[in-house]
Amino acid sequence: MRYYTKTEEWVLIKDGLAYVGLSEYAANELGDIVFVDLPRVGDRFKKEESFGAVESVKAASDLYMPISGEVYEVNELLEDNPELLNEDPLKNYIIVLTGIKEEELKDLILK
Amino acid sequence: MRYDKIIFEISNEGQIGHDLYTKTNNLSKLPKNLKRSTRVNLPEVSEPMVVRHYTNLSNKNFGVDTGFYPLGSCTMKYNPKINEEMASLVHFAASHPLAPESANQGSLELMYETDLLLRDITGMDYFSLAPFAGAHGELLGLWIIKEYHRFRKDYKRNKIIIPDSAHGTNPASAAVAGFEILEVKSNADGTVNVDDLKTLLSDEVAGIMLTNPNTLGIFEKDILTISKLIHDCGGLLYYDGANLNALLGQGKPAHMGFDIVHLNVHKTLSAPHGGGGPGAGPVGVVKELFDFLPSPIVRKKGNKYQFYNPKKSVGKIGRFYGNFQVIAKTNAYIKTLGNENLSKVGGLAVLNANYIRKSLENEYKVAINDICMHEVVFDGLVDKSTGIKTLDVAKRLLDYGVHPPTVYFPLIVPEALMVEPTETESKETLDHFINVMKQISVEAKETPELLKEAPHHTLVRRLDEVSAARNPILKFDDIKEE
Amino acid sequence: MKTFKYFPNTEKDINEMLEVVGVKSVDDLFKVVPKSIKKTSGFNLGAPLSEHELRENFNSISSKNKILEIYRGAGSYDHITPSIIPYLVKRGEFLTSYTPYQPEISQGTLQYIFEFQTMITRLTGLDVANASMYDGATSTAEAVLLALNHTRKDKVLVSETVDPSIVSVIETYARYQDIEVEMIPHQNGATSLKYISQSDNFGAVVVQNPNYFGLVEDYSDFQEVINEKGALFIMNNDPSTLAVIKSPKEYGVDIATGDGQPLGIPLSFGGPYVGYMAVDKKLMRKMPGRIVGMTHDVDGKRGFVLTLQAREQHIRRYKATSNICSNQSLMALWVTIYLSLMGPDGLEKVNEISYTNAHYLKLKLLKTGHFSEVFNDNFIKEFVLRANFDVKKVEKKMLNKGYLFGLPLENNLVMFAATEKLNKAKIDKFVEVLEDALR
Repeated sequence: MRYYTKTEEWVLIKDGLAYVGLSEYAANELGDIVFVDLPRVGDRFKKEESFGAVESVKAASDLYMPISGEVYEVNELLEDNPELLNEDPLKNYIIVLTGIKEEELKDLILK
Repeated sequence: MRYDKIIFEISNEGQIGHDLYTKTNNLSKLPKNLKRSTRVNLPEVSEPMVVRHYTNLSNKNFGVDTGFYPLGSCTMKYNPKINEEMASLVHFAASHPLAPESANQGSLELMYETDLLLRDITGMDYFSLAPFAGAHGELLGLWIIKEYHRFRKDYKRNKIIIPDSAHGTNPASAAVAGFEILEVKSNADGTVNVDDLKTLLSDEVAGIMLTNPNTLGIFEKDILTISKLIHDCGGLLYYDGANLNALLGQGKPAHMGFDIVHLNVHKTLSAPHGGGGPGAGPVGVVKELFDFLPSPIVRKKGNKYQFYNPKKSVGKIGRFYGNFQVIAKTNAYIKTLGNENLSKVGGLAVLNANYIRKSLENEYKVAINDICMHEVVFDGLVDKSTGIKTLDVAKRLLDYGVHPPTVYFPLIVPEALMVEPTETESKETLDHFINVMKQISVEAKETPELLKEAPHHTLVRRLDEVSAARNPILKFDDIKEE
Repeated sequence: MKTFKYFPNTEKDINEMLEVVGVKSVDDLFKVVPKSIKKTSGFNLGAPLSEHELRENFNSISSKNKILEIYRGAGSYDHITPSIIPYLVKRGEFLTSYTPYQPEISQGTLQYIFEFQTMITRLTGLDVANASMYDGATSTAEAVLLALNHTRKDKVLVSETVDPSIVSVIETYARYQDIEVEMIPHQNGATSLKYISQSDNFGAVVVQNPNYFGLVEDYSDFQEVINEKGALFIMNNDPSTLAVIKSPKEYGVDIATGDGQPLGIPLSFGGPYVGYMAVDKKLMRKMPGRIVGMTHDVDGKRGFVLTLQAREQHIRRYKATSNICSNQSLMALWVTIYLSLMGPDGLEKVNEISYTNAHYLKLKLLKTGHFSEVFNDNFIKEFVLRANFDVKKVEKKMLNKGYLFGLPLENNLVMFAATEKLNKAKIDKFVEVLEDALR
């Protein structure tokens, strides 16, 4: 069960952690992704705050927190292989959050 | 045979291109711990080979001297060669920036004189010639706006209004200057929506950045209303001079209410673009802002020229005084044209642009259906059923020996093609361009693959920009053996 | 209607175009301009000047400058300009082209920038260089912004041995981003490492080598201390001297900046020069300015493109961390040709001859008895002495004799520079004239 933000991020809750990624629509719109700007483990962000960015050849798009939390893990594979987000945006998460509050999922779209 | 070498590939150990000779080895006295441990790896090439290499590289380029170069908002007009000669006069080339003023009266006079000429052209009261480029001028202008409000102890003013049609440097400059940006919407005709503007006004607005004509090549008809609104709410008006060419002889920014103006002399005033610089972005201000100009400016005392540091100056924005030789070229251009010709520039440039607009309106969708200024924006082909995009049209133009117009800007026109012919293009050149564009629109229907895979006749064809960004090779030593 | 040499269209052409556009006159195209603005649109620039008249005008102005034998540097050095450079640089295909947005017909520009980037990385030793900055001072200021953005701090430490003009520019940029600039004191011309080790909460350290006083400083151990504090190490160099002095890479520098003027660019009253920036690869995607990369086209041919553009102002817009657009492209070409021509041997010789001349000059000046030493002898082409006379007065006298004397600093200090343009005979004569002026 994935939740989607208006800014095209998805979030999936598993074992108390929140996996966050980019929607298929956004990955297609951006075109070939060339770089993912990842936050650092330990960084804390509020809901709707920008935590990173995705770059294609001609565009750069910020990534926004679907819910508040602390960065528990970043998908380091994306550092050398940003194209993974084009190949499978649903399988390749970007960051994992801890310290989350599930009630913040309320206003997101369930798909 | 096509020349295809990088300089390091023609390097040959022991070859030299210099004529320095010495038998001494005094550098050996410099302590070892301060010295390089290995010899610097620079190419070893003889003089004739260096000349041949760079001459061949120049043959892979296209300039205004080569052909029609209708880059919208770049004003690619003819770059007079007499200006090059004047800027490189030996007395200017040998002028040390830190020599006493009495030794540099010529350089100082040239700067002062250029200040006066630019004041006349724009109606502004004082100019600083220090900014190295338009974007640098923008940054300076925004800093001046900050200082102006700080000095009035009005610390709330941290917002700048920018139209959604603006060039990317405008919001970037505002962000670097430490402002928050408020975007104002455009009307269907591309001009600033005054009603939307009114909703953004408050005592937190430091000012507005505008270009006129705007990025769609349309004159801001409400400019006097806009300037009154901004001034009434306590803000300042900043003019991005990128499009000034349309207005030469038709109106001055100062009389539209602008408080700060930057010029792109490598656009409007014929200084060459140089492949991306050096340009210059002189900034003009109304007298109330004079004290904030960067240090130093040049003034005249009696019959002597001297440097002066304005009392509340924002400080130094470059190590010396700006791109002096570029300023010299600007000065030469203005004198060459004089009153009678400079005042005709706007009219001729605008006529050329409208001629293109009218001649192509059946094949290309004119973005704004009205008289345009010095540039015309098309929103791709009229017939979208072919699936041909602006990018394909641009790449196909290369096969016809024409430099494509600006593409995909402004952002509010999805398939934008921005054509700026300038006043130094003949009707013959425009007719050729028009015929080529018409031919391409026919090809779009009959042989679309030709366009999708264009260019075909250039030295290199479409380049893989994705892998260039994913796996950057940014220096010769990054190239892996294949 | 009188035509003009830069306006190709005749009255006939104009009338034909007006007909196509559907207006009676050019004025009809400007009906939208408010009358009040139209009324005051006239210029007061004078009559047009023919080329001949322009030459006379410019000769009359420029000849008010004095041509001098130069013994002053302080950021602008009188090195020799090889003859081929202006010829190549002024070729119309280089001079009159614009930003290489259409790479297929801009391979010339893109390739020379690639070559420039390569040479800068070789001189500095760092991983990536950009296509150039406005000048060395703004490049250093932008390096500070980059470093503080990366380390998320808001204070920078700058050595007092950095050129005051560069410090001034850093201070201007810093002020508008609420960045604090703190100066690091020096002892006898050496930046105090102790001061840095005792400071905290700073995101960057800026030094210069050779420093403002011409001295080559030893920056060993700086990187370790700076790194431990979580800050970045920024070094500004005279790139010509990088052929002989220890490179920024060897000192563990994170960002190297400088000005290419000493690489054969004429003094030209301060501009155009060319700034450069090179960074360690960890900062590659944060570096401002344009960057050229190599790639292949659809046929597999090698080619060059502008790359990593998503960082640039026209895409990042209000999220940009730098607004630089045009750079100093043609001056980057200038420097690239210079370095290609000089090669390692030539650049070493420029330094060797400058070193020889500068040290000989210092010796001769000390021998006059009118100067005393201030710093040690670890300099390449620039040095400071203390004078026992009124420097400003003597500067004026020497000017009248055709010499640009050393730069007067405070406390009766004078800073001299000597390049490969000078020789023993010229220096002997200079000192002779000086002694005469001091009598």
